[in-house]
Amino acid sequence: MTDTGSILLEARGIFKSFGAVQALSGVDLVLRAGTVHALVGENGAGKSTLSKIIAGVHLSDSGRMILEGKPFQPSGRRQAEHAGIRMVMQELNLIDTLSVAENIFLDQLPSKYGFVRYPSLNHSAQQVMSRVGLDSVSPSAIVGSLGVGTRQMVEIAAGLSRHCRILILDEPTASLTDREANLLFRQIDQARNSGMAIVYISHRIEEILRIADEITILRDGRLVSTQTTQGLTAEQIIRSMVGRDLPPRQRAGKTAGGTIALQLDRLCAGPKVRKVSLDLRRGEILGLAGLMGSGRTELARAIFGADPIDSGTIYLHGSDKPARIRSPRDAVRQGIALLTEDRKQQGLFLPRSIRYNISLPRLESVSRAGIVNRFRERKVCDEFVQSLSIRCSGLEQPVGQLSGGNQQKVVIAKWLLRDCEILIFDEPTRGIDVGAKFEVYRLLSDLAARGKAVLFISSDLKELTAVCDRIAVLSAGRLTATFTAPHYSEQAITEAAFQEHLRPAGGPSK
Amino acid sequence: MNKSSALVSRLMGLLADYFGMAAALVLLLVIFGRIADNFYSLDTFRTIADQIPDITIIAVGMTFVLIIAGIDLSVGSILALSGAVLGVTLVQYNWPLPLSIAACLGVGLLCGLLNGGLVVAWGLPSFIVTLGMLEIARGATYLVTNSRTVYMSSGLDWVTDYTVFGFSIPFVLAIAIVVLAQLVLSFTVFGRYMIAVGTNEQALRLSGISPSRVKLAVFILSGLLCAVASIIHTARYQANPNNGQGLELQAIAAVVIGGTSLMGGRGSVINTFFGVLIIKVLETGLAQVGAQEPTKRLITGLVIVAAVILDYYRHRLRRSPAGRG
Repeated sequence: MTDTGSILLEARGIFKSFGAVQALSGVDLVLRAGTVHALVGENGAGKSTLSKIIAGVHLSDSGRMILEGKPFQPSGRRQAEHAGIRMVMQELNLIDTLSVAENIFLDQLPSKYGFVRYPSLNHSAQQVMSRVGLDSVSPSAIVGSLGVGTRQMVEIAAGLSRHCRILILDEPTASLTDREANLLFRQIDQARNSGMAIVYISHRIEEILRIADEITILRDGRLVSTQTTQGLTAEQIIRSMVGRDLPPRQRAGKTAGGTIALQLDRLCAGPKVRKVSLDLRRGEILGLAGLMGSGRTELARAIFGADPIDSGTIYLHGSDKPARIRSPRDAVRQGIALLTEDRKQQGLFLPRSIRYNISLPRLESVSRAGIVNRFRERKVCDEFVQSLSIRCSGLEQPVGQLSGGNQQKVVIAKWLLRDCEILIFDEPTRGIDVGAKFEVYRLLSDLAARGKAVLFISSDLKELTAVCDRIAVLSAGRLTATFTAPHYSEQAITEAAFQEHLRPAGGPSK
Repeated sequence: MNKSSALVSRLMGLLADYFGMAAALVLLLVIFGRIADNFYSLDTFRTIADQIPDITIIAVGMTFVLIIAGIDLSVGSILALSGAVLGVTLVQYNWPLPLSIAACLGVGLLCGLLNGGLVVAWGLPSFIVTLGMLEIARGATYLVTNSRTVYMSSGLDWVTDYTVFGFSIPFVLAIAIVVLAQLVLSFTVFGRYMIAVGTNEQALRLSGISPSRVKLAVFILSGLLCAVASIIHTARYQANPNNGQGLELQAIAAVVIGGTSLMGGRGSVINTFFGVLIIKVLETGLAQVGAQEPTKRLITGLVIVAAVILDYYRHRLRRSPAGRG
């Protein structure tokens, strides 16, 4: 594609530090019109920081930027947007209580005498939304009622709706299904052909090879290389990102013969979990595949007692008596753990220390008569920080300052300390770097080897097929198929995931 | 290197936590020493020491309530009601003292249970629930006392008469409660859970711990502490049905001056105590220089706002460096 476009933006020798942490050390970046430029690197490598400096969110400590031949030093996000630079952030930037249309056009609501003109607003929103394939969502739907994936698309739609010359997308596909991602790629292609420069940050190498023209690899805040994507292989990219080779991706193909740890009998919960029956054995990793909104998270929450169950039964640890789980407290006491999809909102206490976060679910194990023994607490937490190699400045560092991968490890540590028999991982590798992903895979295998029962929810089929002993597929709340290793076919799994959507409309499925 | 530097930074943190408040207090004392004659006298300090126990005890409960991101507007009314029950049962029904005190504490506990129960069971905002309780308990007080002050004769003299090393019993009790509460907050499982509720209630629930129990316990504790304070208050001011009006705002002011966040998740009982001292020193000092009520209120208001602004900067300094992507 056009990799010889004119230079739009040139950044030279960018330095940035946050307190004692050097986030960027002398990074260069050249963006050309009509190209997609991928930024890759492990979490904490400086990708987000670099793009936030370009988007005016952060101010660099030193270095200079030139935008179309003129010095460019945005004093804030607004000024950068004025110059035609827009960034869709990793953390969603939407207002939950407003509608989709209001969110997309928040800074330019059409109005007359101060009253919003809703017909015209909804009309233009509809157009923008259909461009990213959000036809099924009403522009007047309240954002808070939408799933994470859909919200992400709304955010991207908002970014694309404005006139802009440089669009920065930070992990845009982290919570999208393949179908949604494909729509996004088509949009990106269009934007590129219209002469825009797109900065694309992602952990998914396959995507980058597919859509990027140029690739810049960062490691620990330093520039490793900038090159054209053509001819590069995933292995080459990963190696220069991590600075080492990756362990083999295959889990030793063992079949689980353990006793049943969790059995669901026609479980119904809300509109999204419909008559799901499955069983999970000790020593087994059971994958749960499905499209965004297929009810996987809802199923996990129902098992964990976080949402009420309408009908159906849960049996635990091979018992033939129905388990009574009415709250997460009941679930944890009966040996179930849930590592939530949204770790920042639901898994962590961000302003609190690593120590506080790890020990919280099982404080009684390090306390006596209600008084916490800090010495024992530190010792226990220290062991987990070591064994999971959590990168931090110390046990007292607030979790909010850690990178995504390390935050996820803190969540894992907290549940390992709790030592549950059944562990449900909901998208544990979302938004974390390749190195950390493999550590998570290894951990899942270790847990299974120690006789734990693991339910692994993921939207990434490759990781499911690499790690799981069996894969169950949900489609619109129903269990449509179960596959056993090694007889996996991406084709078959994807078909099962779409199964409930392919039936003729109106005809209720059994 | 790591261990000792971590210890040093923790000590510095502790010092920074309390130093600001202590410095503000000393500053006030110096200013009043300059502008008021005879400010540094035993009388002044005795007046202050007499005035702080009841509000201190209530402010301790309020600190916990604010830490779990709630608010308790009913403390003044609960104080009046439990004091009224104490007075009426003791003086009019001639109950034995222990039984009267048990009834008084029971009423405080019950009010707290009602507050907490409503907040937990229906997920109502504590602002509304305790606003209701503020009226309910006040109304009940008028019913119990027939809208007349019950004079305690000599039934509660022991509260004010005896001293321990020169300090009155209420003062010693208040200090003990402050210290105990700070220990609970810093070192117990319950303390951790309170902070967790205020920081991220959802994450606590999904960690398998019931936030409802924590909240209920905190509101019960707040009610119970109001009843304890009412014994001291009634001993000094009789069982007046108008007791404790506006006390909730004074208590909240003391807690907020002490740097506890209205958003929940952080707070310190010791600093709340400094907050009480600052308010009371200000009040006493201004009275001594002959300031009238309007001036007093104006200055107190300014101090509250200034304290919150200072606290904002203190926390900004401690929060940096920011996270990175």
